[in-house]
Amino acid sequence: MGTSAVALSRREAVLSRAGGGIARGIAIGYLSVIVLVPMAALVWASRSQGMGTFWNEVTKPEAWSALKLTLGISVLVAAFNALTGTAIAWVLVRDSFPGKGFVNAVIDLPFALPTIVAGLVLLELYGPNSPFGVNLAFQRAGIVLALLFVTLPFVVRAVQPVLLELDREMEEAAESLGAGRFAVFRRIVFPNLLPAVLSGVALAFARAVGEFGSVVLISGNIPFKTEVSSVYIAGQVESDNPAGAAAVSVVLLLISLAVLLLIGAFRHWRTRHDR
Amino acid sequence: MGITVVEVTKRFGDFVALDDVSVAIPEGSLTALLGPSGSGKSTLLRVIAGLDEPDSGQVSLGDDDVTHLPARARGVGMVFQHYAAFKHMTVWENVAFGLKVRKRPKDEIRRRVSELLELVQLDGLSKRYPAQLSGGQRQRMALARALAVDPEVLLLDEPFGALDARVRKELRAWLRRLHDEVHVTTIIVTHDQEEAMEVAGQIVVINRGRVEQIGTPRELYESPANEFVMSFVGPVNKIGETFVRPRDISIGLEPDGESTEAMVERVVHLGFEVRAELVRDDGQHLVAQLTEEEAQALELERGLIVYVKPSRQTVFST
Amino acid sequence: MIGRYALRFGALGYLAFLLLLPVGLVFYRTFEHGVAPAWDAVTSPQALHALWLTLLIAAVAVPLNTLFGVTLAISLVRHRFPGRGLVNAVVDLPVALSPVVVGLSLYLLYGTGGWLGGLAGHGIKILFALPGMILATIFVSLPFVVREVVPVLREIGTDQEQAAETLGATPFTTFRRITLPAIRWAVCYGVILTTARAIGEFGAVSIVSGRIEGKTETLPLYVQSQFEGFNTTGAFAASVVLALIALATVVAMRMFRPGGEAS
Repeated sequence: MGTSAVALSRREAVLSRAGGGIARGIAIGYLSVIVLVPMAALVWASRSQGMGTFWNEVTKPEAWSALKLTLGISVLVAAFNALTGTAIAWVLVRDSFPGKGFVNAVIDLPFALPTIVAGLVLLELYGPNSPFGVNLAFQRAGIVLALLFVTLPFVVRAVQPVLLELDREMEEAAESLGAGRFAVFRRIVFPNLLPAVLSGVALAFARAVGEFGSVVLISGNIPFKTEVSSVYIAGQVESDNPAGAAAVSVVLLLISLAVLLLIGAFRHWRTRHDR
Repeated sequence: MGITVVEVTKRFGDFVALDDVSVAIPEGSLTALLGPSGSGKSTLLRVIAGLDEPDSGQVSLGDDDVTHLPARARGVGMVFQHYAAFKHMTVWENVAFGLKVRKRPKDEIRRRVSELLELVQLDGLSKRYPAQLSGGQRQRMALARALAVDPEVLLLDEPFGALDARVRKELRAWLRRLHDEVHVTTIIVTHDQEEAMEVAGQIVVINRGRVEQIGTPRELYESPANEFVMSFVGPVNKIGETFVRPRDISIGLEPDGESTEAMVERVVHLGFEVRAELVRDDGQHLVAQLTEEEAQALELERGLIVYVKPSRQTVFST
Repeated sequence: MIGRYALRFGALGYLAFLLLLPVGLVFYRTFEHGVAPAWDAVTSPQALHALWLTLLIAAVAVPLNTLFGVTLAISLVRHRFPGRGLVNAVVDLPVALSPVVVGLSLYLLYGTGGWLGGLAGHGIKILFALPGMILATIFVSLPFVVREVVPVLREIGTDQEQAAETLGATPFTTFRRITLPAIRWAVCYGVILTTARAIGEFGAVSIVSGRIEGKTETLPLYVQSQFEGFNTTGAFAASVVLALIALATVVAMRMFRPGGEAS
């Protein structure tokens, strides 16, 4: 290798590092244009008529009621998912039965299916035309059902990999030390699953809070009764009250950011015992 | 408490892991289950532990038939190759686990755990998490944890396999001393014949789900039951149907009627021992083992022509 | 033991109730009155335009997000730069944020009085037109490729790349022959997720597009407009198309899931 070859490879190294930097710069620019700038515009618009207006818009009876309803139902749905999601993940990992592969695949359906289709179908199943004779339209139960549908995959998919990786020998050791099935679950399995369950719950919660398409049909959007925040915001846009829409949106944005922070904390917590 | 295994068979699908295995483990002994990977030794241990149920046969602890009793009811202590440490609990909580599950009173737990941590020399580390311990420390913790519940039987599944050579040797000696102190019936599964010979009072050699031989280390070495045991328990030269230990190849510089001519291909000095790789004039390769003095007396070196004959040999009738 | 069967049937029952019933109903309602009406509905000019628009938007959003995703994943894992944590958080935001908020933010940014509202004056129509819908779709489907590639990159480590370097490969060659093949399946899986999300997007696009029939109506929006116009067959026919795409997505997800299956 002569000096020209060394010079060539050095030039290549500089070029490639510069190229890498440029690529990174473009990627971050893309991210900014797509996400950051619109978010900034949102926050700015919410305060464009002063913090007083912001606060008024958020605490207006209809807006406030929608927020309370949204958060309340989302907490309920997220908590319910903690139980059902873990149970489903357990069955998928530890149990075996014909068609398990099919069931495992089908868990992803709520992610793949457009929310409006889910909403339409749930309305047909449980609304006035229901073949079962129930009518959950214009009721909070309808909202709960829709949210249960769309949040199904989150806890399941968060728990599955952790459960798969769980050291079976830990459970056997506990068993050999005299722990019964329930004690093994409570003292060994559950503590190791908890961070993953909480991450899944947090994501499910965030999804539920922001859900629109599946809820907008079955809930009837009755203010103070079945109107969730996302629908309220859309309504404010139509009523030409962008400041009001922006204010409530910023509240939802803050909730989303808080959830992301929480999930990051859970991840940190989860890996603290690994090495 | 002694352990009796009678005609146990265990299958996993089509694979027969244990084939009509019968073993008697004397009370208070330290027995090794020795065999290559896949021989069924771990399966046998797990059947004795109650983590797997045999398809047929019987397992007894003392006078009690425990064949269908689950692990938690058998009073066995188990140590796993990869420690199976409860990674979300401290060392203290790990060792205390069995006692907590049995709902023992707090001061009894405190006393016992301190005692055990001192026994395994981990007393300063009780607040640490397993991730913060070395492999050897984790395994000592696992032992303390298993002993905490006063098991009748202690089962160790390749306990030192994941550790490096020096730590392994230390822990072997340490286990021997521990057993001398605590006298619990102990079974150790290993594929390392040196480990088995060093640690155990009795060795059960298992191959392909069958017991090949049961005996003391000496018995296995001096009177192996078949080719498998002989070659598993130590290095051996196979000459046709005859088996000769490297130690039993006598090397001379002059022919003496019975000896065969051979050339030294390689001489390896292993400290106090010398290993010589030879090839006979009929093409047969041999490995011989001598002391340093013997090698020096012969002036053993590569290319030297010598005369070899077995001073002892074994033939197995089939 | 009873516990296991109870758990199994409980879980499966819940899933059947929650998932299979709805999907079954979509197909039933669509073909309730025969195949012909459904077929007519789905091949009407408005429906076909909606389908075409949906696919077009996806065809723009997915490649862009893929390029971005791979680039950013490499930067996040292999390079250190200031603001890495912030970038991580921003990338994850679309998953946690309501689509309505997304739509609104674009509406505020590009609408009259917004920072970029002036673009409309220069003839560049963002809102109530294709560009706005593409921007909204890119936003909501942004994270998937990044999130799939990052853990794979992290796991394979730099060993192979360093080995390539010692063998004389240029950084670009290393990228092309070592890094890219290693992340190939993760990228594939990420693309499947991105596409599904892009096609199925409803809330954000609803606000940004103005839902102008025949012009800015994607297939999901078409479903809503048909339903509101009491044309349930049309709504369900379009739903079947979307459901079939969703089923294909689910199958593809299972086939390409990185790291094997949970079984």
